[in-house]
Amino acid sequence: MIEAQDLSKRYGDKLAVDHLSFKVEPGRVTGFLGPNGAGKSTTMRLMLGLDRPSTGTATINGRPYAQLAQPLRTVGALLEAKAMHPGRSARNHLLFLAQTQGLPSRRVDEVLDLVGLRAVARQRVRGYSLGMSQRVGIAAAMLGNPSVLLLDEPVNGLDPEGILWIRNLMKHLASEQRTIFVSSHLMNEMAVTADHLIVIGKGKLIAESSTQEFIERSSEKTVLVRSPDAATLADLIAAEGGKAIAQDPAQGRAAALSVTGLEAPRIGEIAATNRIVLHELTPQLGSLEEAFIEMTAGSVEYGGDTPAVAQEPAASVTSPGSSQ
Amino acid sequence: MSTVSTAPAAPAPAPARRAGFGGYLLAEWTKIRSVRSTVWTLIVFVVVSLGLTTLLTWLTLNAISNGRRGNAASSIVTDPVNFILGTGLGLGQLAICVLGVLVITSEYSTGAIRSALLAVPHRYPVILAKGLVFAALVIVVGEIVAFLSFFIGKALVNGHVVTLRGHVGGHVVSVNHTITVSLSQPGVLQAVVGSGLYLTVLGLFALAIGGLIRHTAGAITAVIGMVLVIFPLAALLPDSWGAHVHAYLPTVAGQLITQDKPTADQLLSAWQGFGVFCAWTVLLLAAAIFLLQKRDA
Repeated sequence: MIEAQDLSKRYGDKLAVDHLSFKVEPGRVTGFLGPNGAGKSTTMRLMLGLDRPSTGTATINGRPYAQLAQPLRTVGALLEAKAMHPGRSARNHLLFLAQTQGLPSRRVDEVLDLVGLRAVARQRVRGYSLGMSQRVGIAAAMLGNPSVLLLDEPVNGLDPEGILWIRNLMKHLASEQRTIFVSSHLMNEMAVTADHLIVIGKGKLIAESSTQEFIERSSEKTVLVRSPDAATLADLIAAEGGKAIAQDPAQGRAAALSVTGLEAPRIGEIAATNRIVLHELTPQLGSLEEAFIEMTAGSVEYGGDTPAVAQEPAASVTSPGSSQ
Repeated sequence: MSTVSTAPAAPAPAPARRAGFGGYLLAEWTKIRSVRSTVWTLIVFVVVSLGLTTLLTWLTLNAISNGRRGNAASSIVTDPVNFILGTGLGLGQLAICVLGVLVITSEYSTGAIRSALLAVPHRYPVILAKGLVFAALVIVVGEIVAFLSFFIGKALVNGHVVTLRGHVGGHVVSVNHTITVSLSQPGVLQAVVGSGLYLTVLGLFALAIGGLIRHTAGAITAVIGMVLVIFPLAALLPDSWGAHVHAYLPTVAGQLITQDKPTADQLLSAWQGFGVFCAWTVLLLAAAIFLLQKRDA
């Protein structure tokens, strides 16, 4: 179990982590989501005692990281993949870490087998691909067979097979009642990996819920309705408790409504009852990624212009209710 | 895909014995022996030290035989031990400076320091263990090279006959002087052993600077600039306070132990000088540890 309490980190006049409080429970994969620069890595570094918090505390199994005598036997961490001397072999990198914890060198071979790198372990890390380096990082995290794992963007730079491997590994480790805390800026990846989500933006907690809840809440259904009698239909929909927003009519086509609060079958029934002609009735599935973008909008640290992204009709969620 | 071999229950940590400081020492030894820069820097140190000792001693003796006399020629006659230990090791010491800096700054430049500090969150044992392991390595290599330099130089100079000419009462007098050096002469053993000790403390001095500056290029420039330029230049400071400042500078004081004969104007004894050098180094190491504890990694 990891616990952050009123955790802040100030760099100069910039608050990178802004009074964060949350708990990461064992037995499930907890995703730590946020756009780039949201403070995810800093938060993890604070938890691991690498950076000193400006306010607040972070504890792991009830104790600050710095008070753990053989920390790698309690906590495994993957920060950046290349936190290794490129001239050293993977085996020697893991060996010196094992020696600091009093772990036998046999354990080094075990974790090398776990990540499938035994054959190349004596080669210098310099020649490794990013995916291989990432695996060495996972091996280092697993050295002490810890009950708590912190993984910062573990799927970065991995090929699809590697992503699947990490995803299954994390799920497996969580099923062993370990605490798995994994950061990502990819909502879709977290949707299939994490059981629980903690979302931050600009260092602040934005949302915390189970992934299931998050998905349901975020992807509120929108239905696109096209009808020559759109104005009448809009009134009828409003009377039924739905919300219809007139869309810009496309050239030569009937006026369109973007409807939330009513599902497509119900809208069809309303139209039939009132003898209104429909040209189109399309349920729109909002992507989770866009819900995430919308949720963290305004808290993006390095935002640029985003032309045309939201204008692709099939993917857009235009319902105002999906933001918090 | 690899399978995970752990049991499906609340996981127990991997079995380990209490590692403590012994484990940290072992880990630092693994680190230092597992990168090529260590091996290469030590090879450069050995080759430059022994090679230059041999070359310069031989060239200087040849120059004397051919009747040419410069400062080096006179110093090889007046203080051959100092000549032998000063030439090759004088340049070779820079390799030790580089290695001392590298063992710590390479961890910062590669990010390996974060792995190390995750394993040892109390932090200061990392520098202590690193310093001890590095000192042990340098003292072994340094003493071997110091003794080899001495024996090479001794073999070259011993028995060499120099004709010294002087004017006495209007007459030109020639005296034949045979150069002889031996470990049993006063101060010689101390100078040879002291050369290895000096290199060891110099390495730790460089390691401390590396820990303070954390950037390889900056730290190497700083250390070599101090050893080769700033400290020797301080000899130009005027008056007695200038002489005192110069005498107490780290490597100036530290090098006294590498000399078999004290000079007339020497303010500190050999061992006092070594003590001053050690004190500087301990102070800088303490500062490096203090900053390591304080700074974000």
